[in-house]
Amino acid sequence: MNANIGIPHSGATPLVEMRDISIAFGGIKAVDHASVDLFPGEVVGLLGHNGAGKSTLIKILSGAYPRDAGQILINGEEAQIGNPRDAKAYGIETIYQTLALADNVDAAANLFLGRELLTGWGTLDDAAMEAEARKVMGRLNPNFRRFKEPVKALSGGQRQSVAIARAILFNARILIMDEPTAALGPHETAQVGELIKELKKDGIGIFLISHDIHDVFDLADRVAVMKNGQVVGYAKTTEVTKDEVLGMIILGKCPPTAIRGPGAID
Amino acid sequence: MTQTDTAITNPSSASREGPITTFLRATEIDARMLGMFGALLLIWVGFHVYGMVFNDNGAFLTYRNLWNLSVQTASIAVMATGMVLIIVTRHIDLSVGSVLGVTAMVTGAAQVWIFPKVLGLGLGHPMIWILAVLVALIVATAIGAFQGLLVAYLQIPSFIVTLGGMLVWRGAAWWVTRGETISPVDPNFALIGGGPYGAIGVTASWIVAVVVCVLIVASLATSRKQRKRFGFPRRPLWAEIFIAIVGSALVLGAAYVANNYPWPAGIVKQYAAAHNITIPPGGLFIGHGFAIPVLIAGAVLVIMTFIANRTRFGRYVFAIGGNPEAAELAGINTKRMTVMVFALMGTLVGISAIIASARLNSATADLGKIDELYVIAAAVIGGTSLAGGSGTIWGAMLGALVMQSLQSGMVLIGFESAMQQMVVGGVLVVAVWLDTVYRRRIR
Repeated sequence: MNANIGIPHSGATPLVEMRDISIAFGGIKAVDHASVDLFPGEVVGLLGHNGAGKSTLIKILSGAYPRDAGQILINGEEAQIGNPRDAKAYGIETIYQTLALADNVDAAANLFLGRELLTGWGTLDDAAMEAEARKVMGRLNPNFRRFKEPVKALSGGQRQSVAIARAILFNARILIMDEPTAALGPHETAQVGELIKELKKDGIGIFLISHDIHDVFDLADRVAVMKNGQVVGYAKTTEVTKDEVLGMIILGKCPPTAIRGPGAID
Repeated sequence: MTQTDTAITNPSSASREGPITTFLRATEIDARMLGMFGALLLIWVGFHVYGMVFNDNGAFLTYRNLWNLSVQTASIAVMATGMVLIIVTRHIDLSVGSVLGVTAMVTGAAQVWIFPKVLGLGLGHPMIWILAVLVALIVATAIGAFQGLLVAYLQIPSFIVTLGGMLVWRGAAWWVTRGETISPVDPNFALIGGGPYGAIGVTASWIVAVVVCVLIVASLATSRKQRKRFGFPRRPLWAEIFIAIVGSALVLGAAYVANNYPWPAGIVKQYAAAHNITIPPGGLFIGHGFAIPVLIAGAVLVIMTFIANRTRFGRYVFAIGGNPEAAELAGINTKRMTVMVFALMGTLVGISAIIASARLNSATADLGKIDELYVIAAAVIGGTSLAGGSGTIWGAMLGALVMQSLQSGMVLIGFESAMQQMVVGGVLVVAVWLDTVYRRRIR
């Protein structure tokens, strides 16, 4: 496997490079020698059917699963990621498909979960956290006002904006978004698209995971397609058509303008 | 931001509600809290009236009974605060009664046999009770932490670990002395259990009550100042003042009740003789004041509420209960948290073991039997959801008071113990049913 998959930035160091990652659950190879990379200010769409291994691959990067084999490089240096705390220390923030919110506590408590602001006495500084929460939520979702309620009382879109706010609150350099618009209506989906463009400008690298090509194609600079735990191929979105990418997703067929991965057929 | 601020400070929505809704919303008193107080009042008045009508003696609402009630509640109430955190993290601890038993036995053996003989401390040496308290806290905390380790790292369900623990530690309690009762305990240690000498007296009780009132007002004021600093919505001033007045009235009322329960004549005579006081012809009135175990329970209430609401530890406990996977993904070490929660439960059981054995002035292998059920019932009656994720410390304490009020009330009106069990069991089921109805309605 060649180390530098990203064509457009030959010579530059990728923000993230996952090399030859493998993980098996009870004999089933969920991810099988997969490699992906991501450059600053770039959006890479990770596509594939349900069960293709994209969420699993990304959970290895976010520290939720330990990998069986392979290497993770951040800014060209090997990174030790054994748990979610390690990943966050590298500036990797994740918006999970399930949102991973503690439903019984309020938005501010969720935003700062695991990284609470403390007063000089070592106690929770709820006022300061609420103030920060109001700031960041004001940017994402200006109509949001239910700061005192547990997040289970919120609508799907509001919960989603809490999850997104949590990811961008801590100056992430690498953002992983797993099906970020799955629970959203068209208006909110467009809002997330705007947010992604804005974050791109700040030089943040974004992995956008989806099983729906339409969500990803307009936002992503490149796509990586997975099937049965293997990477079918990589392509710039300017050089392939949606149909060709669909062919990669469904049949595992790699078009000539794409770079073949180990999972490609023929 | 400006849009948000105007929306919050504008109370136009209040004008459309009735006065009661406005009142409840402004004071942030929820229906559950009112219901609990209502139930408690009903039980108290009900037993008193029943006693007046059928026994010609309304014995419940007397200074003496209310004082005794407070002492009897202390041990269960202390443990119930820990059980809240256990249940909130989606676990259960069935072993607390047995751990209380073995802790009391070890502590009893240490203070009666080991400290005086092996360490050569004389009878009633002040170091004895201090060491005994330390032993109790260490033993119980270690047992709790050990059970937590089994739950967290070996991933045995807490139900099974503590069900096993219930049998193991009860057996261990018997083994400490092969069933022999240790009595009496160290005289200083016995004061922790209450009784005329184990209460702090009238003057000290008023001082404690006033200090608590000042703290209530101060904490309300600081939280209001904090919210003002960040420009957050605040309760209306009248609501804050109302809460301060009700809180203070409850505390001062409790002090008044405790101070009006006089020492028995025999104890007064003994005390007068020892201090060269001549008893006037009308008799000498010496009020009990707050009992030491009640003050301990009060301190536990404050500390546990602080832990649950103001510390990272407490925040994580609730987050884990709400969504264990999310807590893990947020970087919380959920296994270590589980061990810590069980260890904290152990510490509280240690405190209860001290109170219970001191109150009985003896340690027996049976001490604390079926306490686990009362503790769990207190937490659940107090609004802790068995599904995890929600519960309050004060609710559990109030739940313990409700349980104990029922129990004491039935004793006072002369119910047989078989009947008492049936009533307590029935009340538990009904209380949880009402809670389910309440939860469904607020959703």
